[in-house]
Amino acid sequence: MRLAGQGLINRDEQIRFTFDGRWYRGFKGDTLASALMANDVQVVARSFKYHRPRGIFGCGSEEPNALVTLGRGAGQEPNARATTVELYEGLEAYSQNAWPNLDFDLLAINDLAAPFLGAGFYYKTFMWPQKFWEKLYEPLIRRAAGLGEISPQEHELKHEKAYAFCDLLVIGGGPAGLMAAWIAAQSGADVILADEDTVLGGRLNAERLEVDGQPGSAWAVDMARRLSNTENVRLMTRTTITGAYDQGTYGALERIAPDVAAREGAPKTCFWRIAAKRAVLAAGAMERPIAFSNNDRPGVMLAAAARAYANRWCTAPGKQVAVFCNNADGHRTAADLQAAGAEVVALIDTRPEATSDLDVPFYAGGQVKGTRGRSGLKSITLQASGKEMKIETDVLAVSGGWNPSVHLTCHMGGRPIWNEEIAAFLPKANAVPGLEACGAANGTFSTHAAMQSGAQSALNALSALGLKHPKYKLPKAENEAYSISPFWVVEGKGRAWLDFQNDVTVKDVRQAATENFRSVEHMKRYTTQGMAPDQGKNSNINALAVLAGATGETIPATGTTTYRPPFVPVPIGAMGAGGSGIGFAPQRFITSHEATLASGAPMIEAGLWYRPSYFPLSGENNWRQSCDREVEMVREALGVCDVSTLGKIDVQGPDAESFLDFVYTNKMSTMKQGRVRYGLMLREDGFVMDDGTCARLSDNHFLVTTTTAAAGQVMRHFEFVHQCLRPAWNVRFVSVTEQWAQFAVAGPKSLELLQNLLGQGLERADWPFMSCGDVEIGDVAARLFRISFSGELGWELAVPSRYGAALFDHLLRLAEELGGGPYGMEALNVLRLEKGFITHAEIDGRVTAKDLGMGAMMSPSKDFIGKTMAMRPGLTEDKRGHIIGLKTIGSVKQLIAGAHLFEPGMEPVSENSLGYISSVGYSPTLSRMVGLGFLQNGHARIGEPVRMVEHLSGVIANCEVVHPVQFDQDGGRMRD
Amino acid sequence: MIELIPKSPLHGHEPLDIGGVHFFEINAGAMTSLLPYKGKANALSKALQKCHDVSLPEPNRTTGKTGARVIWFGREHTLLMGPEPNTSLAKHAALVDQTDSWTVAELRGEKAEAVLSRLCPLDLRSAVFKRGHTGRTELSHMMASVTRIGVQSFQIMVFRSMVKTLTHDMQVAMESVAARK
Repeated sequence: MRLAGQGLINRDEQIRFTFDGRWYRGFKGDTLASALMANDVQVVARSFKYHRPRGIFGCGSEEPNALVTLGRGAGQEPNARATTVELYEGLEAYSQNAWPNLDFDLLAINDLAAPFLGAGFYYKTFMWPQKFWEKLYEPLIRRAAGLGEISPQEHELKHEKAYAFCDLLVIGGGPAGLMAAWIAAQSGADVILADEDTVLGGRLNAERLEVDGQPGSAWAVDMARRLSNTENVRLMTRTTITGAYDQGTYGALERIAPDVAAREGAPKTCFWRIAAKRAVLAAGAMERPIAFSNNDRPGVMLAAAARAYANRWCTAPGKQVAVFCNNADGHRTAADLQAAGAEVVALIDTRPEATSDLDVPFYAGGQVKGTRGRSGLKSITLQASGKEMKIETDVLAVSGGWNPSVHLTCHMGGRPIWNEEIAAFLPKANAVPGLEACGAANGTFSTHAAMQSGAQSALNALSALGLKHPKYKLPKAENEAYSISPFWVVEGKGRAWLDFQNDVTVKDVRQAATENFRSVEHMKRYTTQGMAPDQGKNSNINALAVLAGATGETIPATGTTTYRPPFVPVPIGAMGAGGSGIGFAPQRFITSHEATLASGAPMIEAGLWYRPSYFPLSGENNWRQSCDREVEMVREALGVCDVSTLGKIDVQGPDAESFLDFVYTNKMSTMKQGRVRYGLMLREDGFVMDDGTCARLSDNHFLVTTTTAAAGQVMRHFEFVHQCLRPAWNVRFVSVTEQWAQFAVAGPKSLELLQNLLGQGLERADWPFMSCGDVEIGDVAARLFRISFSGELGWELAVPSRYGAALFDHLLRLAEELGGGPYGMEALNVLRLEKGFITHAEIDGRVTAKDLGMGAMMSPSKDFIGKTMAMRPGLTEDKRGHIIGLKTIGSVKQLIAGAHLFEPGMEPVSENSLGYISSVGYSPTLSRMVGLGFLQNGHARIGEPVRMVEHLSGVIANCEVVHPVQFDQDGGRMRD
Repeated sequence: MIELIPKSPLHGHEPLDIGGVHFFEINAGAMTSLLPYKGKANALSKALQKCHDVSLPEPNRTTGKTGARVIWFGREHTLLMGPEPNTSLAKHAALVDQTDSWTVAELRGEKAEAVLSRLCPLDLRSAVFKRGHTGRTELSHMMASVTRIGVQSFQIMVFRSMVKTLTHDMQVAMESVAARK
């Protein structure tokens, strides 16, 4: 119900929203929780396990009960805490974990079975028969238990991630945080002040306290205005610091204001990585409840939350209010609710010595033994002065004391320290380097003391930053002492809840101890206490106190479980913002991309590059038709292929040739200028890393090419070799992959095309196989290499990339005049397979030079990377797989890459495997499939039969081992 | 005679103008990797001064200005932007033409820093990353070179082949920042 008063809501601005399909009204400044409360919606959720009706319990991100789903369909957001959801026009919220609806939930039958469903129930019950687990038990449990659901549909919710830097990060904008930020800002430090709430002020917005003679919330507004006018301050409201990481890095989740998030292009959340030289933790404290029988009824809530709803949002969950506490702070709730117009029917303090001046029924030394009212609190049973009495009330506000928010200080392994005086854990100093806790987060609870400690933390940070201390004056504020007498559980019959979100009771924790799960970490896992979205924010300390009681240990000896990031749930979409769809990885496009697309070629990814698969002509409706035609075209006339994606490294310097001799197995130093050599590089372990060509452009100037996939790896390898192994060598290298657009022109008519293109006499005799040199295309300087990956007379022509698109167009036009055209990756693959040329399908990191039949390329007259390791017996023995070619000889004509090879007649099991097929293709030139593979002692088996067995599809083919080069074995076509 | 028509990396991409932030291609002129040989950095710096009136920058710094700028580009690696390098520099350093390797663009506007902070992990605060400061860094998932060339403007370079990803990611970040105004 809505109370009179102003609070921090704007009654002039009404907002309409729905909950479970029903329309309600709230005001600007409301949260979903406060608006539901104002509309007398008492049951907002069903509990996790027993499906008990639950109401709003707290007023911040620690809320265990009021979890709702926002929106429907793709993009729906489950487990949103109604207490932190800002109300906006048209907001749609839905309850969770109830069927068919919130008021009548069939699975509430679990509640009747509660005696059987205690801690460890699953572990004991669903053991037998074993096969029932996956098919029956698990689906049943998953159906019965759980919270909200994400939509399986793909959605386009935009998240964002961003980086921020500062001298001082102030975490929390309550009195301590505001003072810390203000003082640091005066010294000129770059300050970020982050707070979860929509407005700064922290508890000042929830209390009736005055600061410097004005309402605390008004003072906070004033401070916020002054801070936002300070250039070196960045205020980040709606931003939760979620984790503390190495080197002063903090994760933060920002919820974008609903009106902003609704704009075109706006994100819904932003995940920040904030790097701060120093940090002040002013995150405040969280109130804890007291456990008693049936303490989970809607209407039972935290005392400070009850007065926050009254003071800030002018709402209360009922007309009559009882307060149950073990500390002085709880009395404030009675006073504030009375002032707000509610009838306070009882103030119950467990401390026998407690006193109260309030005009309310006061019960010192009293305890709440139980409650009544299934879907909303009706009455409580009070035990005081040896008597039990029933008191009718709608609301029971409970305070078991305050737990400082130590979470972030524990994210790097620090353990909090128990403090007897406030009966709570305090942060361990310096547990996170550069982070200092202050205010309520450090157990300093009065407004004055919090401001003072915030100021001191700021000064400490300024000293560490080497900045001057500014003059400042602390505002006048209350300085009441905090007194508490620890009280955890009211003993009695019935279930007393500790963890509302996971339905864990006092009995469950004691049961765990009885069954010898006495460590707090074991208890947590056995009972599930402290799991789920709230991570036990309300329950951890109470649960460990109960455990300590059960085991006879002290609370400090029992200790806490490990606090881990994130402090609040963070959508995976926020952490990986921008990484879906085309944002997943950069796309690299060749200069001929547009023309290639225009010709209808489907593109395939090669690393990050996009390359044409084949170029379909009209009438071709199958990739094989295009591929076969392109292969024949290259063999009979000519073809053009964009090969710009191959890695290119420019190597220069007096020691360039020594360097290349060291990274290649073969010698490059003996190569003459204007020549190109094929080269092989090994890894340090002796296996083949990559292959490619090396061209000598001038005396001390080389151009190395790598495969497309290994370009980065080879560059990294070069850096390693130079920086770590041969730092003294005077050699310089840099990637020029992107500088040059390079096109292969291959086929018997390729020379004619080049002559037409260059308009100059290009004599075959001047350009022997494996030569290179400069040419001019019009007035553009280009490089020409006579190399071949197709086995035909072949060239590669390179121009600066800006001319790539234009050159491709000219090459196609000239090729078509000669009966040629473009060819894609499929044809390129078949051409190289016919010739037995290798790709990374063969050099997959497990093969040696000798396996590839390239043992002779391992120069005996020099040292090179991988040489020694390649000599290991295991890498040289004959039983290793050697590269071989394959052709089928039986009725089955199919070869399949990945299939294994067996001796004919041997059982096709893994122990009998003699090798495998690495790549296959249909050769239109040979009118059959061609394959490359590796076969034990394969070099000696040419001509022998083997059987291919492909276990996935069941294809078996009789094959003959042939030489890997199946077409033009002497290489005349490309050499002459 | 065949005439090859050049295309710049951002050819066909309209400049972006979103929320008062502008993103457009810069014609930086010739770009040359200068890789000084062992012990030749000083000599290279002097020769640069003589030929192009710029010196060799320290790591993460640039020298010169638009028209003739040298930016630090990595370990023992700087990039001369603007003039064709004088051939005499080759005595002191390996010179490698990179004119066509990189997309060069400028991001300009009051919120340029906010846009970049969505894409790049550098500390871009003007007191830290001043005019003339440069960094080899990550931009979205791309490796990039980011240089502050003005109070509210940054020079951004990524591989030529990645220009589409650059413009896409830049547009997303610009729209996101614009929406927050």
